[in-house]
Amino acid sequence: MSMRDLRNLALSALAFGVLALLPLYVSGYILSIATTMAMFTVLATSWALFSGPTHYISLATAAFFGLGTFVTGLGFQTLPMWLLPIIAAGLGAVLAALVGLVTLRLSGVYFVIFTLGLAELVRQVVTWVQNRTGQRGMYVLTSITERDIYWQLLGMAALVFLVGWLIARSRLGFALRIIGNDETVAKHSGIDTAAAKILLFMVSGAAAAVVGAMMAPRYIYIEPSTAFASILSFQVVIMALLGGTGRLWGPLAGVVPFTLLWEFISRNAPNQTLLLLGIAFLLIVYVLPGGFVGLYDRLRHRYGQGGQ
Amino acid sequence: MARVVLEVRDITKRFGGLVAVRDMVFDVHHNEVMGIIGPNGSGKSTMINMISGAFAPSAGAIRLNGQEIAGKSAHRIARQGVARTFQLVRLLPELSVVENVVAGAAFGHRKRWGAEAERHARQLLDRVGMGQQVNMPVSSLTYINTKRVELARALACEPEVLLLDEWLAGLNPTELQTGIALIRSLRDEGRTVILVEHVMDAIRSLCDRCVVMSSGAKIAEGTPAEVLEDPEVIRAYLGADEDA
Repeated sequence: MSMRDLRNLALSALAFGVLALLPLYVSGYILSIATTMAMFTVLATSWALFSGPTHYISLATAAFFGLGTFVTGLGFQTLPMWLLPIIAAGLGAVLAALVGLVTLRLSGVYFVIFTLGLAELVRQVVTWVQNRTGQRGMYVLTSITERDIYWQLLGMAALVFLVGWLIARSRLGFALRIIGNDETVAKHSGIDTAAAKILLFMVSGAAAAVVGAMMAPRYIYIEPSTAFASILSFQVVIMALLGGTGRLWGPLAGVVPFTLLWEFISRNAPNQTLLLLGIAFLLIVYVLPGGFVGLYDRLRHRYGQGGQ
Repeated sequence: MARVVLEVRDITKRFGGLVAVRDMVFDVHHNEVMGIIGPNGSGKSTMINMISGAFAPSAGAIRLNGQEIAGKSAHRIARQGVARTFQLVRLLPELSVVENVVAGAAFGHRKRWGAEAERHARQLLDRVGMGQQVNMPVSSLTYINTKRVELARALACEPEVLLLDEWLAGLNPTELQTGIALIRSLRDEGRTVILVEHVMDAIRSLCDRCVVMSSGAKIAEGTPAEVLEDPEVIRAYLGADEDA
């Protein structure tokens, strides 16, 4: 490990330490925004672990997230709370592996549509099961407070950053970059492209399911139409792309401003949030192709700071 | 004669009703440059693609050092020791020149990683004549340099067999001489090469033996001088008398 790595690691640990103290000082309203930010940070960062290097746009986040909320919803009365995110992670990884096996041969727009359809499929299946059993939704009444959820998500964020950092330095991370550049070259260089993609997709799916499991107590009442809402998938994609997937911290740079704007708009003009999504998307396509990370790299390149 | 590295036995490839390659049979010996030549559309690239695992053959066997590789996936074949370049150069645009070569070393036949892989990559880049240009972005390389990087990437896993799919195509006359000398030097250091090529100068001066394909079938095999005098080869290239 180089000095630079040590320094970055120390700074990150410090930042997480400061953020962990946040609930002790701020109001409930600010804490709720911070919790939302922490949630999207985990979702967008783990999404980018897979979609960043491979350029495969996944809209399946809602499926994994919803799965996680149902794990908590069904299990919180009988199982210990600490076990639920672990079960959610396992199920999320299994679902991701199944999706990966099915979509191996799909690329580009077909993968996007399939993953969007997946969230809808899971939602319909859950609704169907609930109708058969005469349930509608379920109450998740626990003693868990917003603070607890915030701390859990913050811990999860730290874990995702650590995993992302380790993957980027591993042969798996390098293989993913090669796949994203040219899958044919990857195969002919000896990379099992299917295995590499499925493995990373499982990491990303497991993380989203864990977030769902942690968030469930916050919703109090869970039903399929909210737990599997596809808007979540789109928010995650837009935030990650707005920040940029070229660096580990890229999605975070998108999550912070986007969450604040979203909060502002939904408070003042609740019906215009979709407009924000659309404008952000146009902005990414026309102005910020590499997100804020790309912009940062271009500026740094132009003004010659820290170049090699 | 040296040991046989690659055996191709009765390989056939059908695309629907079209037979692209029919009953191909040939051997490649250790430390030999073997040419696959023939007119456009004769099935040379299809043959190469079956050896490297891009396509599975419809029938037949391909053995690398006695082990069956026909129909295996490309990454397995690569790990067993087949490396290739592509007819249209394929570099990894977002990676540096050195990383492009490390990509060939990290997952293939002889795996290297970390500082060792990087050192190995730099040596190979030097070996193929990249010299000072290893720190340039891939997008700013000249055409022959992109070919050099691709060659270094293929060499990086220390393959048992190196497949060059028209590696010399598109070079200008000066570059062509450099390119021919480079490939000859690869044989001189003991490598085994299969070369699909159109450039006759290269075939004459590089190949120990050639297989000539026409309409998917082998029509001649032998030294370049022998096959290029073969009446059937001349007919395949220039057309039959009545067509002329």
